[in-house]
Amino acid sequence: MNPSKTTRWLILGVVGVVFAFPIFAMIEFTFRDGLSGGHTLDHWTGLFTEDAARTYRNLFTGIGNSLLLAVVTVGIVLVVLLPTMILVHLQFPKLKRVLEFVCIIPITVPAIVLVVGLAPVYSVVVQVAGGSIWTLAFAYGITVLPYAYRAIQANLDAVDVVTLSEAGRTLSANWGRVLWHVLLPNLKRGVLAASFISVAVVLGEFTIASLLNRVNLQTALLQVGQSDPYVAIIFALLALLFAFVLLLSIGRLGRTRRTGSES
Amino acid sequence: MTVANAPVLVSGVAESSPQHPITEPASSPRRRALSGLAKYLGLAPFTIYVVIFLGIPTVLAIVTGFFAEDGSFTFANIAGLADPLVLSTFASSFWVSAITAIIGSVVGALVCYALLGTRAGGALRSFIDSASSVLAQFGGVMLAFAFIAAIGGQSLLVLWLKDTIGFDIYADGVWLYQPAGLLVVYTYFQVPLMIITFLPALEGLKTQWAEANATLGGTRFTYWTKIAFPVLAPSFFGSLLLLFANAFSSYATAAALVSQGSPIVPLQIRAALVSETVLGRENMAGALALGMVVVMVIVMWGYSVLQGRTSRWQK
Repeated sequence: MNPSKTTRWLILGVVGVVFAFPIFAMIEFTFRDGLSGGHTLDHWTGLFTEDAARTYRNLFTGIGNSLLLAVVTVGIVLVVLLPTMILVHLQFPKLKRVLEFVCIIPITVPAIVLVVGLAPVYSVVVQVAGGSIWTLAFAYGITVLPYAYRAIQANLDAVDVVTLSEAGRTLSANWGRVLWHVLLPNLKRGVLAASFISVAVVLGEFTIASLLNRVNLQTALLQVGQSDPYVAIIFALLALLFAFVLLLSIGRLGRTRRTGSES
Repeated sequence: MTVANAPVLVSGVAESSPQHPITEPASSPRRRALSGLAKYLGLAPFTIYVVIFLGIPTVLAIVTGFFAEDGSFTFANIAGLADPLVLSTFASSFWVSAITAIIGSVVGALVCYALLGTRAGGALRSFIDSASSVLAQFGGVMLAFAFIAAIGGQSLLVLWLKDTIGFDIYADGVWLYQPAGLLVVYTYFQVPLMIITFLPALEGLKTQWAEANATLGGTRFTYWTKIAFPVLAPSFFGSLLLLFANAFSSYATAAALVSQGSPIVPLQIRAALVSETVLGRENMAGALALGMVVVMVIVMWGYSVLQGRTSRWQK
């Protein structure tokens, strides 16, 4: 009961045009010459002048902070979440439902609610670990939990982890070896997908950073947008493009696996 | 130990559990492989992390509403939720979420329908999958910018409409920076989210069902009304609830777009957090957060019930 060709392209065409329009409007906006109605390349070339580093210092700080946060958050996913998921899968199958429940709580308790309780927690964190920006990644590790969990779990379900690790153990490998040489190569796709989606989510995060008075890409964009909307939109476009490439490569990971040398 | 020993060991496993040699985890030696204490210790890092950064903040967020600034227990903040201003904020949050969820789910389902029969790994599908994932995440500041550029007062579209056909979409005032604007802007991330969540369900429709329908003399119309819709309904309404939750909890877009006042609940929480004197009550943010969590728990509970029904057809 598939749609006819006409119906398909009519729907995709209309929705596509409507959804592409704001993106094109952003691109057009970055070439505007003030309110004169003309177009200019100045806003793009202005980024490469010597003054740019100083004029947009806050923005570059925000980008640097967000990239650092993305790296630390992925670290938390790989070091804290991933081993726990494998352990639960192998040793505590009964806890699977509990783990799933915990990992999707951040959908039910959105960032704007969480931040109310995070404020007092962070006043302690600052005393213990200092006020450096990277500590914000602890909160972001929670924000990305549902996405990272789903990406890794899909891969865990698709691979017979139990048999693989038993085979490894039978061949006298210790648990570290099994994890590193047997399980991780088989979970590569899920782990990469979890990392990429975490990066995309962290780069787009605004709520927690803004209400805890930290500077990241999004808070800096909002600030720059008030003085120089052209540059803010240029960077918003670049961030969007980056996220699109990241998520497109998750899709490609899935495809190369299917056509690859799995057998 | 060499590879040659392996078959012996495997057959040993099989003997100890003749019925389910591989799939039954309880009977395999791997349970004994990690010593009891070590494997429980392995759960500690994640547990500690989640307790500190998810458990405690959630409890604090919900509980602070029950305390006054001096630490004494009070129902004043919770009673503050009944304030007409707060109630109307919850109402507009509700309507913005409900309307964008309905529009988003209908348009998103249409796109899913249009994608039926396209190759799962094909270029079109992977483009739409990735684009949807990006746009569903595309909340916040960047989305607000996009719409200011697209339909803001100085945008090409608005100026062109005014110049060519004399139609001024802002004749009654610039609604983009008000709740009405949120309707347009939220729909932009609701449709892609619907595509991501609903497409797997639509793909679960089996060709055999269409064939059975045709064999029994059914038409395209009976296929959709008697087979496809009943099967898809739980998944559709589940996705609808997810979209509602998504809009209801969204903060960044509104924070970047709405210029005056706090017309929706998340913005009211911001006002309470930042000024601490909203409505003359302290710890109001906690009470508002509690109100939000109650709504979210109800919606997500409905979602999980409907998900349970959905999975029945996705075997």
